[in-house]
Amino acid sequence: MTLHELLIQPFVEFGFMRRALVACVALGLSCGPIGTLLVLRRMSLVGDAIAHALLPGAALAFVMFGYSLWAMSVGGFVAAVAVAGMAGLVARLTPQREDASFAAFYLIALAGGVMIISMRGSSVDLMRVLFGTVLAVDDASLLLIAGIASVSLLVLAAVYRPLVVECFDPGFLRHLGHAGAWVHGLFLMLLVLNLVGGFQALGTLMAVGLMMLPATAARFWAAEVWSLAAVATLIAVLSGWGGLLLSYHANLPSGPAIVMLAGSFYVLSLLVGSRDSLLARQRSQRSHRKA
Amino acid sequence: MHFNASRRASLQLLALTALQPARAAAAAAEPATAPVLKVVATFSILADMAREVGGPAVEVSALVGPNADAHVYEPTPADVRRVARADVVVTNGLRFEGWIDRLIVSSGYRGRVVVASAGIVPLQLGGGADPHAWQSLVNGQRYAQNLRDALVAAAPQRSAEIQAQAAGYLARMATLDQDTRNRIAALPESRRRVITSHDAFGYFAAAYGVRFIAPRGWTTGSEPSAETVARIVRQARETQASALLVENISDPRMIERIAREAQVKVGGELYSDALSPPGTAADTYLRMFEHNVRTLLDAMTPAKISDPR
Repeated sequence: MTLHELLIQPFVEFGFMRRALVACVALGLSCGPIGTLLVLRRMSLVGDAIAHALLPGAALAFVMFGYSLWAMSVGGFVAAVAVAGMAGLVARLTPQREDASFAAFYLIALAGGVMIISMRGSSVDLMRVLFGTVLAVDDASLLLIAGIASVSLLVLAAVYRPLVVECFDPGFLRHLGHAGAWVHGLFLMLLVLNLVGGFQALGTLMAVGLMMLPATAARFWAAEVWSLAAVATLIAVLSGWGGLLLSYHANLPSGPAIVMLAGSFYVLSLLVGSRDSLLARQRSQRSHRKA
Repeated sequence: MHFNASRRASLQLLALTALQPARAAAAAAEPATAPVLKVVATFSILADMAREVGGPAVEVSALVGPNADAHVYEPTPADVRRVARADVVVTNGLRFEGWIDRLIVSSGYRGRVVVASAGIVPLQLGGGADPHAWQSLVNGQRYAQNLRDALVAAAPQRSAEIQAQAAGYLARMATLDQDTRNRIAALPESRRRVITSHDAFGYFAAAYGVRFIAPRGWTTGSEPSAETVARIVRQARETQASALLVENISDPRMIERIAREAQVKVGGELYSDALSPPGTAADTYLRMFEHNVRTLLDAMTPAKISDPR
């Protein structure tokens, strides 16, 4: 098997492979920076919570309008934004911290979603309809992901400075007052938007996995926010490409293969990354001892 | 489940009597000496045939009802009792009902057991005889003749009636058979290829000249890999199949994607081993057959397919 056959040929021969790759690239482009910011803001688990929070909205839209990508996306978006908004509101009005109220509201939403799906009868079918797979990306899903990625990058560029400053100095935005809450809210909206897009087209695991794993891995290679985001995007795109090839050559399910590869990148970075990895730390200790 | 199946069968019987007042009246008009044969058939398709052949002379029930799977059937005490009280038991044979011999022994039934497929030269399927012989109407006529002879032997007093009833049924089968041949032959041979996960259409394929290609490596219920999808797309292109009739893929987007990529049509549902519930599209043997032919013709007829990429 030549290198061309190994790495390129599947994408040349099959349209569904090209579509899957394009979806991964688009998702990686916007999820790299968003994941990085989530990690820096210590909100790494919020992505997972939001992914569950949009379930009741998507399920309700399916029950009401049948199988419609747009209705389910809007439903999921509204539900997730509601959960995020209420969690934020509770954190503001009471002494309870945001992670606790987030946990409470997303569990309520998850239970509601499961209830709606079960009332509909055959739960398996609905779950499959609600959560796509990367091999079956159709035109509408592709447009949705690409559109979301474009909007996300533009909005991120517009509010980049206050977002970054807040990561390192949480007091800063509080000084700004209203503007600070506005930026935080906007960021949460972007997060929800990306998860909704990834969710519908590619499934939960891929949406959250491609957002968080590359961002956590990037931390062992880069220090500035922009370079972190760039490394995260690169890892996400590589995971998508490699995962699809793994799925193609080794007959593995695609979503898990892509996320597993991203996970391998994380473990590899953890071990031998250039910054703060186990290897780097051991080296610096040795050099300290010598000195 | 089995209770349901038997209840459905008796409901079906009720519906049948209600729908055919003329026949019921004819039965009532018979002299009191004319017996009504209690016929127990192993599954819904045979039961329907026995009803058509026997007409008012028989009272038929099926052990495995519509939409139920004869492969995984387990007899209930009520079934055993029905077999014990039957006048005639009808089986398909060709090892389709592996459970029937034990059921007959345990019920103590000593009457006539009709093997409907008797006299048919079986095709091979996976090392054994393919039991789905009823998927060709030529075989279907053989089934009806076997049933007719058995019923006449069991109730010679009603011979004339059964002969007449069977003759009409056989004629309808012959007409549908010829019609099916004509309609399929009207399509170019290159269009008569479909990819399907069904393995029950060997006799249909042999009789009517349609090629059924099994999707390679398709396992149901799990998330497919890129390799699996690629293999099916490639197979569809290589074999130049005209349609994809695959069951058990619950993600409609996936089927749609494969179909567009391979430039094939997505077909509807085929009935293989059981009838659909009464009142639906495939609730008798002949209606089931017609439904399958129509579904296949729809799938194989060329349509303008938009650019897949």
